Amino acid sequence: MSTTVVQPVPRSFGRMMGRGARDWLPAVAIFVIGIALWEGLVRGLHVQRFLLPAPSEILNTFWDERDTLVSAGLFTFKEAVGGFLIGSAFAVLVALVLARWRPLGNALMPYAIAANAVPIIAFAPITNNWFGILSPASKMAIAAVIVFFPVMVNTLRGLTSVRPESVELMHSYAARERDIFRRVRIPTSLPYLFTGLKVATVLAMIGAIVGDYFGGSQDALGIQIRRSAGIFAFEEAWAAIFVASVLGIAFYGAVALAERVVLSWHPSVRGGRE
Amino acid sequence: MNEQAAVVSLKSVTKDFQRGGVRALQEIDLEVRPREFISLIGPSGCGKSTLLRIVGDLVPPTSGEVVVNGKQAHQARLDRDYGIVFQDAVLYDWRTVAKNIALPLEMLDWDRARRSQRVREMVELVELGGFEDHYPWQLSGGMQQRVSIARALAFDPPLLLMDEPFGALDEMTRERMNMELLRIWQESGSTIVFVTHSIAEAVFLSTRVVVMSPRPGRITGIVDIDLPQPRNTDTREQERFFELVTEVRELLRTGDRSGEELPA
Amino acid sequence: MLRRGLVFAAVLAGLWALWEAYRAFGVAVSLTWPFEVNDRTMPHIHDMIGQLFEPSRRNGPLLIEVLGKAALFTAKEAAVGFALGASVGFLIAVALVHSTLLQRGLLPYIVASQTIPILAIAPMVVVWLGGRGLPGWFSVSVIAAYLTFFPVAINALRGLQSADPRAHELMSSYAASRWTVLWKLRVPASLPYLFSAFKIAATACVVGAIIGELPASIQDGLGGAILNFNQYYASSPESLWATNIIAALLGIAFFLLIVVTEKLVVRRAPEHFV
Repeated sequence: MSTTVVQPVPRSFGRMMGRGARDWLPAVAIFVIGIALWEGLVRGLHVQRFLLPAPSEILNTFWDERDTLVSAGLFTFKEAVGGFLIGSAFAVLVALVLARWRPLGNALMPYAIAANAVPIIAFAPITNNWFGILSPASKMAIAAVIVFFPVMVNTLRGLTSVRPESVELMHSYAARERDIFRRVRIPTSLPYLFTGLKVATVLAMIGAIVGDYFGGSQDALGIQIRRSAGIFAFEEAWAAIFVASVLGIAFYGAVALAERVVLSWHPSVRGGRE
Repeated sequence: MNEQAAVVSLKSVTKDFQRGGVRALQEIDLEVRPREFISLIGPSGCGKSTLLRIVGDLVPPTSGEVVVNGKQAHQARLDRDYGIVFQDAVLYDWRTVAKNIALPLEMLDWDRARRSQRVREMVELVELGGFEDHYPWQLSGGMQQRVSIARALAFDPPLLLMDEPFGALDEMTRERMNMELLRIWQESGSTIVFVTHSIAEAVFLSTRVVVMSPRPGRITGIVDIDLPQPRNTDTREQERFFELVTEVRELLRTGDRSGEELPA
Repeated sequence: MLRRGLVFAAVLAGLWALWEAYRAFGVAVSLTWPFEVNDRTMPHIHDMIGQLFEPSRRNGPLLIEVLGKAALFTAKEAAVGFALGASVGFLIAVALVHSTLLQRGLLPYIVASQTIPILAIAPMVVVWLGGRGLPGWFSVSVIAAYLTFFPVAINALRGLQSADPRAHELMSSYAASRWTVLWKLRVPASLPYLFSAFKIAATACVVGAIIGELPASIQDGLGGAILNFNQYYASSPESLWATNIIAALLGIAFFLLIVVTEKLVVRRAPEHFV
């Protein structure tokens, strides 16, 4: 046989998580070295505490304040996730409509892209005024609007970047438009959708925290950070940042994991060529 | 053979492209009889791929009549009277080999048991046993194209349209695929319209070769290929094979020359 | 051209009509969900624009002059932040493209860095840099750079790796040095990727500048103006809306600047508008 067969990738769990030890060891090493350096430099050079606290101090503070910080973190996290869900759902819906009626989509696309360049975060005080400053809905709203554009633009691009022959094939089966969406356009758009969703997790977290910053419940992370930074209690601010980052990474990780499960057929997931 | 029996019947089919007002095809008349293997050959721009798409009702003709399987081309498409194979395999990346082959069967609402039975047969036909659960990117180009052929034949259409299906393959794979296609053609009993720009491939495979020329696309001549069936590797070494290759080449050359005389 | 103008006018008119229609409907049926509709929550669009040409305070300059100055100030912060962030992002990409070890070790943290809410680090940045005698606006630029470097680094890395393997073989056949390969092959190949990153970064640096001004307590920019007018929202909601319109225009202006630059610089196969 002159055809070469690419060996199928074993579907072991290790493979599903991607990468062997060689791939993640450098990252772990840099983590350990980085933390050690940070700790060592702060102690060795006697860096003033309010400039940069040592990791051990931050962890200590986190432990002492864990109840407040974790509950504030979860409060903000709920705002972020709520905004993420509402914004993404709307975005996918609008993308489907614009992909179905292409002339409309083509006419509106440049405006959607331009709207994406609007610093939406600046509208946070307005949603505070809409929904009430203490209401999580005001932060969900701002997070939802921030999330909307990247997800919509990405999904629309995915829905419309189908190869013409793929559609011709469906036409040769006399397929209806609905079938073309279900069997071709939507599967094609999934990798694009997930790229948008991953970006959206980070944006939703930022939206929720900045939304808090413009005023909100005492029990929110943005307020905690603002208050402790305001009184130069930087260990506490860093401890809050630590919580925000852990939640942000967990959020991103959850979507990335969902992507791996949903796109199990995709070469990039199975360790093949793109 | 009478007109009703023709699988494809084209009557003065003309196609103008709106953009730039280019005439892609001019007054094409062609009849394809059952169980024929017809090749359309010509230089790029002669409209052979467009003609194939007109037969499949994927591109509307500007004027002329297209009858497929005794009905209007549009109705034939709605009745799923043909299968199509493109130059690239056009497999859906998110479907395994088996699911790609099953795609048209799903569209036809076959039930699961009947589908998997049929997929098994098709996998056998194109000799891809053991690869049912592979994804397209795990296959070589030749194997992908075999999946694509299996998909086109899965619902047993009376007509198979092939648009340069082996154009992207290397010479050795291509010759082996040619042999397999002839075997499949004989076993399935379908009629094939095949677009290519390889003279040797056209002569080796076909019962008739339709030579086309560009600007505007038209038929320069039709060569009957009287090589004995079934064909095999020896066919390519027969003297008659070379005579026919020369004949097709001559026709291509005259068509090209007459094309040059026309204003561009 | 005329068609484009018509579409533009139609989109603007459509948005305006949608706003006013929703408003009228909300007022007519006393809508309370998702938020109450009245003159305070949804001012007339013509009132927002009219507000721009009213004095910002008694006997003061027109609001549009005040906001124009603020926008220029924020634009300066954003532009410096963009230059800083884009250079750092590009240098990181150049370093990573030459070392797989570095790539494996650092890439996860470059991604993780974006899960740290910038608003949280902003106060620290202001204290650090302020302590070294740097002007306050520069701290804001650094915060803007923090948001800018990420998309540039990620896309530049992909772009620098995007050249055809055969083009690399050609370079090897000339016994080209790494430096030559970088400038003659990798960088030109990365240009389309770079510009799509710049488009994201153009928005990001404006967002960074606006929200960086908040914890930095800088009053001269749009972020300061938003905080300020937020306090008077109850009496004059149009002022905050007008400020946000200017902020939106600033973001779009930055984006369009990149689009135009790309048209001038990348003269090859025209890329998608997207």
